[in-house]
Amino acid sequence: MCGTAMCGTAHARLDGVLAGGVSRELIGAPHPVLTTQTLPVDAADPLVVAGAADLLATMRRSHRCTGLSAPQIGLGWRLLSLDVSRHPRTRSCAGELVVANPRLVAASRWERVREGCLSVPGLTGEVSRATRITVRGEHPGSGTPVTVHADAFEARCLQHQLDHLDGVLFLDRVVGARAVHRTGRGSGATGDMTSYARVFRYV
Amino acid sequence: MGLSAIAVLGVARPGVIAEVTSAFTRHGANIEDSAMTLLGGHMAMMMLVSGQVPPASAFPGLTVTAAEVGSCRDHDREGGLGYVLTVHGPDRPGIVSSVSEAFTEVSGIITSMTTRLYGSLYVLIADVWLPAKVDVAALMRRLAAVGAGLGCAVTFRPAEAEVL
Repeated sequence: MCGTAMCGTAHARLDGVLAGGVSRELIGAPHPVLTTQTLPVDAADPLVVAGAADLLATMRRSHRCTGLSAPQIGLGWRLLSLDVSRHPRTRSCAGELVVANPRLVAASRWERVREGCLSVPGLTGEVSRATRITVRGEHPGSGTPVTVHADAFEARCLQHQLDHLDGVLFLDRVVGARAVHRTGRGSGATGDMTSYARVFRYV
Repeated sequence: MGLSAIAVLGVARPGVIAEVTSAFTRHGANIEDSAMTLLGGHMAMMMLVSGQVPPASAFPGLTVTAAEVGSCRDHDREGGLGYVLTVHGPDRPGIVSSVSEAFTEVSGIITSMTTRLYGSLYVLIADVWLPAKVDVAALMRRLAAVGAGLGCAVTFRPAEAEVL
Protein backbone atom coordinates (compact mmCIF):
# COMPACT_ATOMS: atom_id res chain seq x y z
CA MET A 1 0.00 0.00 0.00
CA CYS A 2 1.24 3.43 -0.88
CA GLY A 3 0.76 6.64 1.03
CA THR A 4 0.73 10.32 0.37
CA ALA A 5 1.73 13.51 2.05
CA MET A 6 -1.95 14.40 2.44
CA CYS A 7 -4.30 12.11 4.28
CA GLY A 8 -6.96 12.64 6.87
CA THR A 9 -6.87 16.41 7.02
CA ALA A 10 -6.90 16.81 3.26
CA HIS A 11 -10.52 17.86 3.00
CA ALA A 12 -10.23 20.44 5.75
CA ARG A 13 -7.05 21.85 4.22
CA LEU A 14 -8.55 22.13 0.75
CA ASP A 15 -11.77 23.65 2.04
CA GLY A 16 -9.69 26.29 3.80
CA VAL A 17 -7.32 27.22 0.98
CA LEU A 18 -9.51 26.48 -2.01
CA ALA A 19 -12.90 27.55 -0.72
CA GLY A 20 -15.30 29.45 -2.93
CA GLY A 21 -14.43 27.82 -6.22
CA VAL A 22 -16.93 27.94 -9.04
CA SER A 23 -17.84 24.83 -10.98
CA ARG A 24 -16.98 25.33 -14.64
CA GLU A 25 -18.20 23.69 -17.80
CA LEU A 26 -16.18 20.66 -18.84
CA ILE A 27 -14.36 21.02 -22.16
CA GLY A 28 -14.88 18.11 -24.54
CA ALA A 29 -12.78 16.90 -27.46
CA PRO A 30 -12.17 18.06 -30.08
CA HIS A 31 -10.91 21.30 -28.53
CA PRO A 32 -7.44 22.80 -28.97
CA VAL A 33 -6.93 23.31 -25.23
CA LEU A 34 -7.03 19.51 -24.79
CA THR A 35 -4.18 18.94 -27.26
CA THR A 36 -1.90 21.76 -26.11
CA GLN A 37 0.99 21.52 -23.67
CA THR A 38 0.17 23.43 -20.49
CA LEU A 39 2.39 26.00 -18.78
CA PRO A 40 3.97 25.83 -15.31
CA VAL A 41 2.34 28.09 -12.74
CA ASP A 42 3.27 30.09 -9.67
CA ALA A 43 1.43 28.02 -7.08
CA ALA A 44 1.08 31.02 -4.77
CA ASP A 45 -0.44 33.29 -7.42
CA PRO A 46 -4.00 34.19 -6.35
CA LEU A 47 -5.21 33.60 -9.92
CA VAL A 48 -3.79 30.08 -9.84
CA VAL A 49 -5.34 29.46 -6.42
CA ALA A 50 -8.69 30.61 -7.80
CA GLY A 51 -8.25 28.25 -10.77
CA ALA A 52 -7.41 25.41 -8.40
CA ALA A 53 -10.54 26.16 -6.40
CA ASP A 54 -12.62 26.08 -9.59
CA LEU A 55 -11.01 22.76 -10.57
CA LEU A 56 -11.92 21.31 -7.20
CA ALA A 57 -15.48 22.64 -7.38
CA THR A 58 -15.91 21.19 -10.87
CA MET A 59 -14.57 17.80 -9.77
CA ARG A 60 -16.89 17.75 -6.76
CA ARG A 61 -19.90 18.51 -8.97
CA SER A 62 -19.70 15.20 -10.82
CA HIS A 63 -20.19 12.06 -8.78
CA ARG A 64 -18.41 9.98 -11.45
CA CYS A 65 -15.37 12.24 -11.57
CA THR A 66 -12.21 10.87 -9.95
CA GLY A 67 -9.85 13.51 -11.27
CA LEU A 68 -9.59 16.56 -13.47
CA SER A 69 -6.91 18.60 -15.15
CA ALA A 70 -6.89 22.34 -15.74
CA PRO A 71 -7.27 22.05 -19.55
CA GLN A 72 -10.58 20.27 -19.00
CA ILE A 73 -11.99 23.51 -17.56
CA GLY A 74 -10.27 25.64 -20.18
CA LEU A 75 -7.07 26.58 -18.32
CA GLY A 76 -3.69 25.92 -19.92
CA TRP A 77 -1.95 25.47 -16.59
CA ARG A 78 -0.11 22.61 -14.93
CA LEU A 79 -2.75 21.92 -12.33
CA LEU A 80 -4.64 18.74 -11.53
CA SER A 81 -7.16 17.50 -8.99
CA LEU A 82 -7.84 14.01 -7.75
CA ASP A 83 -10.23 12.12 -5.51
CA VAL A 84 -10.45 8.35 -6.00
CA SER A 85 -11.93 7.66 -2.57
CA ARG A 86 -15.24 6.40 -3.99
CA HIS A 87 -13.85 4.17 -6.72
CA PRO A 88 -14.08 0.41 -6.09
CA ARG A 89 -10.59 -0.38 -7.47
CA THR A 90 -8.88 2.17 -5.24
CA ARG A 91 -6.04 1.00 -2.99
CA SER A 92 -3.86 3.99 -2.15
CA CYS A 93 -6.00 7.03 -1.50
CA ALA A 94 -4.82 10.60 -0.99
CA GLY A 95 -8.37 11.83 -0.60
CA GLU A 96 -9.10 15.12 -2.30
CA LEU A 97 -5.95 16.55 -3.76
CA VAL A 98 -5.04 19.53 -5.93
CA VAL A 99 -1.45 19.69 -7.17
CA ALA A 100 0.29 22.49 -9.04
CA ASN A 101 3.19 21.74 -11.38
CA PRO A 102 2.98 17.96 -10.87
CA ARG A 103 5.67 15.78 -12.40
CA LEU A 104 6.09 12.05 -12.54
CA VAL A 105 9.36 11.05 -10.88
CA ALA A 106 9.00 7.27 -10.62
CA ALA A 107 6.87 4.62 -12.33
CA SER A 108 6.85 0.84 -12.34
CA ARG A 109 4.72 -2.28 -12.89
CA TRP A 110 2.78 -1.53 -16.05
CA GLU A 111 -0.72 -2.90 -16.55
CA ARG A 112 -3.17 -2.66 -19.44
CA VAL A 113 -6.66 -1.50 -18.45
CA ARG A 114 -9.61 -0.02 -20.34
CA GLU A 115 -10.17 3.62 -19.39
CA GLY A 116 -12.29 6.57 -20.42
CA CYS A 117 -12.38 10.33 -19.97
CA LEU A 118 -15.08 12.86 -19.17
CA SER A 119 -13.73 14.98 -22.03
CA VAL A 120 -14.05 12.08 -24.49
CA PRO A 121 -17.55 10.80 -23.72
CA GLY A 122 -18.77 7.69 -25.46
CA LEU A 123 -15.38 6.07 -26.02
CA THR A 124 -13.03 3.96 -23.95
CA GLY A 125 -9.66 2.47 -24.79
CA GLU A 126 -7.14 -0.02 -23.47
CA VAL A 127 -4.13 1.85 -22.14
CA SER A 128 -0.97 0.56 -20.53
CA ARG A 129 0.09 2.52 -17.44
CA ALA A 130 2.29 2.09 -14.40
CA THR A 131 0.56 0.78 -11.29
CA ARG A 132 3.07 2.28 -8.88
CA ILE A 133 4.14 5.88 -9.25
CA THR A 134 5.56 8.84 -7.40
CA VAL A 135 4.45 12.36 -8.30
CA ARG A 136 5.91 15.57 -6.94
CA GLY A 137 4.40 19.03 -7.11
CA GLU A 138 3.28 21.96 -5.02
CA HIS A 139 0.23 22.87 -2.96
CA PRO A 140 -1.76 25.70 -4.53
CA GLY A 141 -1.65 28.67 -2.18
CA SER A 142 1.28 27.86 0.04
CA GLY A 143 3.49 26.50 -2.71
CA THR A 144 4.87 23.93 -0.31
CA PRO A 145 6.17 20.73 -1.91
CA VAL A 146 3.92 17.69 -2.01
CA THR A 147 4.88 14.12 -2.82
CA VAL A 148 2.27 11.51 -3.72
CA HIS A 149 3.04 7.81 -3.76
CA ALA A 150 0.14 6.12 -5.54
CA ASP A 151 -0.74 2.67 -6.75
CA ALA A 152 -3.55 0.85 -8.58
CA PHE A 153 -6.43 3.08 -9.68
CA GLU A 154 -5.05 6.24 -8.09
CA ALA A 155 -1.81 5.79 -10.03
CA ARG A 156 -3.74 5.36 -13.28
CA CYS A 157 -5.89 8.40 -12.57
CA LEU A 158 -2.86 10.56 -11.80
CA GLN A 159 -1.10 9.51 -15.00
CA HIS A 160 -4.27 10.21 -17.00
CA GLN A 161 -4.40 13.75 -15.58
CA LEU A 162 -0.64 14.25 -16.11
CA ASP A 163 -1.17 13.32 -19.76
CA HIS A 164 -3.82 16.03 -20.04
CA LEU A 165 -1.24 18.56 -18.88
CA ASP A 166 0.94 17.50 -21.82
CA GLY A 167 -1.94 17.75 -24.29
CA VAL A 168 -2.24 13.98 -24.50
CA LEU A 169 -5.56 12.10 -24.43
CA PHE A 170 -5.95 8.42 -23.62
CA LEU A 171 -6.71 7.97 -27.33
CA ASP A 172 -3.04 8.77 -27.98
CA ARG A 173 -1.99 5.81 -25.84
CA VAL A 174 -4.49 3.17 -26.94
CA VAL A 175 -2.56 -0.03 -27.52
CA GLY A 176 -3.97 -0.94 -30.92
CA ALA A 177 -6.63 -0.51 -33.56
CA ARG A 178 -8.97 -2.98 -31.87
CA ALA A 179 -8.53 -1.44 -28.43
CA VAL A 180 -10.89 1.52 -28.73
CA HIS A 181 -14.51 0.92 -27.85
CA ARG A 182 -17.84 2.64 -27.62
CA THR A 183 -19.33 2.80 -24.15
CA GLY A 184 -22.82 2.07 -25.42
CA ARG A 185 -24.17 5.39 -24.20
CA GLY A 186 -25.39 7.70 -26.94
CA SER A 187 -23.69 5.78 -29.70
CA GLY A 188 -26.14 7.03 -32.27
CA ALA A 189 -27.15 3.47 -33.06
CA THR A 190 -30.29 3.28 -35.11
CA GLY A 191 -30.96 -0.44 -34.94
CA ASP A 192 -33.60 -0.05 -37.58
CA MET A 193 -34.61 -3.53 -38.72
CA THR A 194 -36.56 -2.16 -41.67
CA SER A 195 -33.44 -0.56 -43.10
CA TYR A 196 -32.11 -3.96 -44.12
CA ALA A 197 -33.41 -5.43 -47.30
CA ARG A 198 -33.11 -9.18 -47.41
CA VAL A 199 -30.36 -9.07 -49.94
CA PHE A 200 -28.16 -12.07 -50.53
CA ARG A 201 -25.48 -11.61 -53.08
CA TYR A 202 -23.21 -14.52 -53.76
CA VAL A 203 -20.73 -13.18 -56.28
CA MET B 1 -11.97 -27.38 -49.47
CA GLY B 2 -12.70 -24.01 -51.08
CA LEU B 3 -12.20 -20.77 -49.27
CA SER B 4 -14.85 -18.04 -49.25
CA ALA B 5 -14.78 -14.44 -48.07
CA ILE B 6 -18.09 -13.57 -46.44
CA ALA B 7 -19.44 -10.29 -45.10
CA VAL B 8 -22.53 -10.20 -42.91
CA LEU B 9 -24.37 -7.01 -41.98
CA GLY B 10 -27.40 -6.75 -39.75
CA VAL B 11 -29.05 -5.08 -36.82
CA ALA B 12 -27.16 -5.67 -33.58
CA ARG B 13 -29.38 -7.74 -31.32
CA PRO B 14 -28.95 -10.59 -28.85
CA GLY B 15 -28.30 -13.88 -30.59
CA VAL B 16 -27.33 -12.63 -34.02
CA ILE B 17 -23.74 -13.90 -33.84
CA ALA B 18 -24.92 -17.28 -32.59
CA GLU B 19 -27.34 -17.50 -35.52
CA VAL B 20 -24.68 -16.66 -38.08
CA THR B 21 -22.01 -18.95 -36.73
CA SER B 22 -24.35 -21.88 -36.12
CA ALA B 23 -25.46 -21.69 -39.75
CA PHE B 24 -21.87 -22.37 -40.79
CA THR B 25 -21.56 -25.16 -38.24
CA ARG B 26 -24.72 -26.87 -39.48
CA HIS B 27 -23.36 -26.88 -43.03
CA GLY B 28 -19.98 -28.19 -42.01
CA ALA B 29 -18.14 -24.99 -42.84
CA ASN B 30 -15.25 -23.75 -40.75
CA ILE B 31 -14.75 -20.09 -39.84
CA GLU B 32 -11.04 -19.33 -40.11
CA ASP B 33 -10.00 -15.67 -39.81
CA SER B 34 -12.85 -13.43 -38.73
CA ALA B 35 -13.55 -10.00 -37.34
CA MET B 36 -16.78 -8.65 -35.94
CA THR B 37 -17.63 -5.21 -34.68
CA LEU B 38 -20.53 -2.87 -34.13
CA LEU B 39 -20.67 0.04 -36.54
CA GLY B 40 -23.13 2.33 -34.85
CA GLY B 41 -25.97 -0.04 -34.05
CA HIS B 42 -25.15 -2.36 -36.91
CA MET B 43 -23.41 -5.69 -36.58
CA ALA B 44 -20.69 -6.16 -39.19
CA MET B 45 -18.83 -9.45 -39.51
CA MET B 46 -16.20 -10.50 -42.02
CA MET B 47 -14.98 -14.05 -42.33
CA LEU B 48 -12.79 -16.37 -44.30
CA VAL B 49 -14.70 -19.65 -44.36
CA SER B 50 -13.54 -23.00 -45.63
CA GLY B 51 -15.97 -25.63 -46.78
CA GLN B 52 -19.54 -25.43 -47.98
CA VAL B 53 -21.09 -21.97 -47.69
CA PRO B 54 -24.68 -22.15 -46.36
CA PRO B 55 -27.50 -21.06 -48.66
CA ALA B 56 -28.84 -17.55 -48.42
CA SER B 57 -31.92 -18.75 -46.60
CA ALA B 58 -29.72 -19.66 -43.64
CA PHE B 59 -29.30 -15.95 -42.79
CA PRO B 60 -32.80 -14.50 -42.48
CA GLY B 61 -32.90 -10.74 -42.01
CA LEU B 62 -29.21 -10.27 -42.70
CA THR B 63 -27.35 -8.80 -45.64
CA VAL B 64 -24.76 -11.32 -46.74
CA THR B 65 -22.21 -11.21 -49.51
CA ALA B 66 -19.87 -14.05 -50.35
CA ALA B 67 -17.09 -14.60 -52.83
CA GLU B 68 -14.82 -17.54 -53.51
CA VAL B 69 -11.21 -16.64 -52.95
CA GLY B 70 -7.98 -18.44 -53.63
CA SER B 71 -5.43 -19.02 -50.93
CA CYS B 72 -3.45 -15.82 -50.57
CA ARG B 73 0.02 -15.59 -49.18
CA ASP B 74 0.28 -12.90 -46.55
CA HIS B 75 2.40 -9.94 -47.60
CA ASP B 76 6.01 -10.53 -46.66
CA ARG B 77 6.56 -8.62 -43.43
CA GLU B 78 9.94 -9.99 -42.46
CA GLY B 79 12.20 -7.44 -40.82
CA GLY B 80 9.72 -4.61 -40.49
CA LEU B 81 8.19 -3.17 -37.36
CA GLY B 82 4.66 -2.61 -36.08
CA TYR B 83 3.36 0.78 -35.00
CA VAL B 84 0.12 2.25 -33.70
CA LEU B 85 -1.31 5.43 -35.15
CA THR B 86 -3.87 7.64 -33.43
CA VAL B 87 -5.54 10.58 -35.16
CA HIS B 88 -8.26 12.61 -33.45
CA GLY B 89 -9.86 15.92 -34.16
CA PRO B 90 -12.91 17.59 -35.65
CA ASP B 91 -14.75 15.44 -38.14
CA ARG B 92 -14.10 16.38 -41.75
CA PRO B 93 -13.81 14.57 -45.08
CA GLY B 94 -10.46 13.12 -46.08
CA ILE B 95 -8.90 12.19 -42.74
CA VAL B 96 -8.52 8.48 -43.48
CA SER B 97 -7.41 8.94 -47.08
CA SER B 98 -4.87 11.63 -46.24
CA VAL B 99 -3.30 9.59 -43.49
CA SER B 100 -3.30 6.32 -45.41
CA GLU B 101 -1.59 7.99 -48.39
CA ALA B 102 1.34 8.84 -46.13
CA PHE B 103 1.82 5.14 -45.46
CA THR B 104 1.38 4.18 -49.10
CA GLU B 105 4.28 6.50 -49.99
CA VAL B 106 6.64 4.40 -47.84
CA SER B 107 5.13 1.00 -48.72
CA GLY B 108 3.63 0.72 -45.23
CA ILE B 109 0.62 -1.49 -44.64
CA ILE B 110 -2.37 -0.71 -42.45
CA THR B 111 -3.10 -4.11 -40.90
CA SER B 112 -6.05 -3.08 -38.76
CA MET B 113 -8.04 0.10 -38.42
CA THR B 114 -10.90 1.45 -36.32
CA THR B 115 -12.60 4.79 -36.80
CA ARG B 116 -15.17 6.25 -34.43
CA LEU B 117 -17.30 9.35 -34.73
CA TYR B 118 -18.74 10.70 -31.52
CA GLY B 119 -20.42 14.06 -31.82
CA SER B 120 -17.94 16.20 -33.71
CA LEU B 121 -14.95 14.14 -32.54
CA TYR B 122 -13.45 11.83 -35.14
CA VAL B 123 -11.01 9.17 -33.95
CA LEU B 124 -8.84 6.92 -36.12
CA ILE B 125 -6.62 4.24 -34.64
CA ALA B 126 -4.62 1.96 -36.90
CA ASP B 127 -2.07 -0.78 -36.59
CA VAL B 128 0.61 -0.16 -39.18
CA TRP B 129 3.51 -2.26 -40.44
CA LEU B 130 6.51 -0.49 -41.90
CA PRO B 131 9.42 -2.02 -43.84
CA ALA B 132 12.72 -1.82 -42.01
CA LYS B 133 14.15 0.62 -44.55
CA VAL B 134 11.59 3.34 -43.78
CA ASP B 135 12.87 6.60 -42.29
CA VAL B 136 10.40 6.65 -39.39
CA ALA B 137 11.40 10.16 -38.24
CA ALA B 138 10.66 11.53 -41.71
CA LEU B 139 7.36 9.66 -41.79
CA MET B 140 6.43 11.13 -38.40
CA ARG B 141 7.15 14.61 -39.72
CA ARG B 142 4.97 13.85 -42.74
CA LEU B 143 2.17 12.58 -40.47
CA ALA B 144 2.46 15.67 -38.26
CA ALA B 145 2.09 17.87 -41.33
CA VAL B 146 -0.92 15.87 -42.51
CA GLY B 147 -2.45 16.16 -39.05
CA ALA B 148 -1.83 19.91 -38.91
CA GLY B 149 -3.48 20.30 -42.28
CA LEU B 150 -6.51 18.42 -41.03
CA GLY B 151 -6.63 20.18 -37.66
CA CYS B 152 -6.08 16.81 -35.98
CA ALA B 153 -3.72 15.53 -33.30
CA VAL B 154 -1.54 12.66 -34.51
CA THR B 155 0.34 10.16 -32.38
CA PHE B 156 2.56 7.47 -33.91
CA ARG B 157 4.33 5.02 -31.65
CA PRO B 158 5.80 1.50 -31.71
CA ALA B 159 3.30 -1.24 -31.05
CA GLU B 160 3.73 -3.08 -27.79
CA ALA B 161 4.78 -6.65 -28.40
CA GLU B 162 5.93 -8.63 -25.42
CA VAL B 163 7.03 -12.02 -26.63
CA LEU B 164 7.43 -14.28 -23.63
